[in-house]
Amino acid sequence: MLTTENTVNWLTSFGEKVIENKAYLSELDSLIGDGDHGSNMARGVQAMLEKFQSTEFKEPNDVFKTTAMALLSKIGGASGPLYGSAFMEMAKQSETGDISVIISAGLDGIKKRGRAEPGEKTMIDVWVPVCEALQENQLTKQVIDEAVQATKPMKATKGRASYVGDRSIGEIDPGAMSSAYLFEALLEGDILND
Amino acid sequence: MTKKQSIGIIITSHVEELARGVYLLLKESAPDVSITYAGGTDDGDIGSSFDKIQAAVEENDCDELFAFYDLGSAKMTLEVVQDTSEKKIHLMDTALIEGSYTTAALLQGNYKLADIKNQLTPLVIK
Repeated sequence: MLTTENTVNWLTSFGEKVIENKAYLSELDSLIGDGDHGSNMARGVQAMLEKFQSTEFKEPNDVFKTTAMALLSKIGGASGPLYGSAFMEMAKQSETGDISVIISAGLDGIKKRGRAEPGEKTMIDVWVPVCEALQENQLTKQVIDEAVQATKPMKATKGRASYVGDRSIGEIDPGAMSSAYLFEALLEGDILND
Repeated sequence: MTKKQSIGIIITSHVEELARGVYLLLKESAPDVSITYAGGTDDGDIGSSFDKIQAAVEENDCDELFAFYDLGSAKMTLEVVQDTSEKKIHLMDTALIEGSYTTAALLQGNYKLADIKNQLTPLVIK
């Protein structure tokens, strides 16, 4: 069950994973993009963590909204409006308390903003299988890992990576990787455990 | 600034100097059009800032705006601003300089919205 406390814990853990793996995310991005995904994401989650420190939240809705605004304002790259839109849509569904409904709303937000479809080597190639697994109550680390690895053979047709064409084949998509941290943090928290 | 035209222009770029440069170029041929711009991140780095773009939209004298951008994330950030702003924003997928310059000249010449959009059609590249 989603509570204010476990939502904050979940997203805090997401933020810590991003900061921990900042160099790795930028390295992935330098292979197929402009190499700033790690530092951009780290700047965004840092702003989010600072907000968490200074804010008393009443309900999960406030946590998602604050996260949306921090990521939207501070990331500075395309991930800003994408993650920002995801969390804004998640906030709207937070009252349901149903994590699969909430993540699915987030996915719709990303799709709307980025106009991406599955198979285009983007973050949604992780969000889609995660949503499907959540609906069956079967999200595991393996589902997330396989989704990330599955972006390797894909050729990017959206976003900056599409500029390098065939050269994008064979590398993990950085946005897929940062999304994986979000869902690993979800898995490790106590939201799914009852 | 006195508002002489009812439709304004907003320029967004990943680089502050680029946004300002396009602004200066347009301003010369369209002194009566309200033009505002946003470039770079909050820290002055290369990227897009929701806060800066939102401020440029709000600071514009007009309630209806043509919006031009350079690359993907500036467009997506503009779209979020479009969703949250009260103003009517026409987001244009034209070449940034050619599209915005044409629009500025036509607004200065009192052309109507539909005519301007028609003129911009061949400049759509994104």
